[in-house]
Amino acid sequence: MAELSTDDGGGKKGKHQKRRAKKSSTKVDMTPMVDLAFLLLTFFVLTATFGKPKTMDINMPVDPKDKKNVTKVEDQTAMTVLLTERKEVIYYYYGVLKADTKIDSTDYAATGLRKILLDKNKGVIAQMDALKAQKEQGLLADTAYKSKAQLVKSNKDALYVIVKTNDKTKYKSVVDVLDELNICDVDKKAVMDMAPSEKAALKKINN
Amino acid sequence: MPKVKVPRSNPSLDMTPMVDLAFLLVTFFMLTATFRTEQAVVVDTPSSISEKLLTDNVLMVTVDTAGRVFYNIDDQKVRVKVLENMASKYAVKFSPKEIKEFELMKDVGMPMADLKKYLAADQSVRMQMDKSTKGIPYDSITNELADWILFGRVVDASVAEENGEDAGRLKVAIKGDSEANYATIRKIMKVFQDKKVNSFSLVTNLEGK
Repeated sequence: MAELSTDDGGGKKGKHQKRRAKKSSTKVDMTPMVDLAFLLLTFFVLTATFGKPKTMDINMPVDPKDKKNVTKVEDQTAMTVLLTERKEVIYYYYGVLKADTKIDSTDYAATGLRKILLDKNKGVIAQMDALKAQKEQGLLADTAYKSKAQLVKSNKDALYVIVKTNDKTKYKSVVDVLDELNICDVDKKAVMDMAPSEKAALKKINN
Repeated sequence: MPKVKVPRSNPSLDMTPMVDLAFLLVTFFMLTATFRTEQAVVVDTPSSISEKLLTDNVLMVTVDTAGRVFYNIDDQKVRVKVLENMASKYAVKFSPKEIKEFELMKDVGMPMADLKKYLAADQSVRMQMDKSTKGIPYDSITNELADWILFGRVVDASVAEENGEDAGRLKVAIKGDSEANYATIRKIMKVFQDKKVNSFSLVTNLEGK
C-alpha cells in the first residue's frame, strides 16, 4: 500500500548480460507498524480519562459544648429555605416563623431561587463585582482579593440563609441550593434540621 | 507526433514524520493513562459550579442511592496500617495475601465480620458481595465507620510525619449519590464531627453555568 515495488525485478535481458548483484531496496514496509501504532493510539485516546472530579467545600458548625453561651443569629433578617422530598419545589420564608408567616415556594430554575437571592443579596454582589473587576485589571493581588471578598461576604448586611432539611430531603437538593448560594455570593449560611413547627406549616400547605 | 511522456512519479510516500507523531502520541497516552479499577459501587454525583479539584490525599466516604456506606483512603501505606489497626480492634486475623489485596483495592463497603471472606474471595464473588452488602455500619451500636475514620486520620498523620509532610494533609471527602437521602449524609457528617472534623469536600460534577 505504502510502498510499491518499482524496480523491475533486475532480470533485464538485453545487451548487458553481465549479472549484477541484485540491489535490494533499503526501505522497509512500515505499513503494519503504522497500523499497530494507530490502533494503540486510538485505544489509549478513547480509554483516557481526563480530569478529576470537582469538589465543593463546606464547613459545618462546630457542636457547641456549652449551649448557653451560643450567640443567636438575628433571625429577623434571615431567609429560611425549606427542602422536602419534593425535588422541584423550594419553600422559603423570611424572619421567624409565626402563625401568620407566609411561606412562599419557588424552584431551581435560573428564574427561581437564584433570582430571589440575586435580588436580596444585590448589595454584596455589587461589591463583589467591583472587587472582581479590580482583580482582573491587576489592581488587586490574590491574597488581598480573598481577604476583601471575605469581609464583603461576612458583612452584617449580607443575606443570611438557613437551609433546613427533613428526613426525606434528597442530597441533590441540598447540593443544588448550596451551589446557588455560592453563585450568589451568599457566605452566611447554615444547614440544619427542620423544626417541628416548620414541618407542621409545610403539611398545612401541602394539604 | 511524439508521445507526451507522463513523468512517472514514485507512488510511495514518506511516512516517517507521521509515524513519529503517532508513536509520540501513543507513548504519551500510555504513560498518562490511569486505568480505572473496578468500582465497588457506582455513584452519580450532583453537579455544581465549583472548579476546585479533588486533592490527592483523600479519605473518601461514598454513599450510594440506598444509603450504603463505602470507605476509601488513597495512600496505600496508610491503607495497610489502617487495616492492621482495625484487625486488632475487631479481633480479625488477615493473611499477608489478604492485606496485599486490600492495599490494591479502592472503595470497601464490608462490615468487619465479612471483610476477611471478601478479601479471600475472587473477583466475581466480590462483585456479588458488593451488590448484597449493607455497607459499613455506622449506627450507634456498631459504629465501624467511626473507627475507620479515626484510624485513617491517626495513621495518615503519623505517616505524614515520617515523610516530613504536613500532618493536616488528609482531606475528608463525601461522595454522595444525587438520589441519596440528605439525612444519611448528615449522619455521616455527624460521625466525622464527633471526631472533630468539621469541614468536608462534597464531590460533584462540573456544571455549565
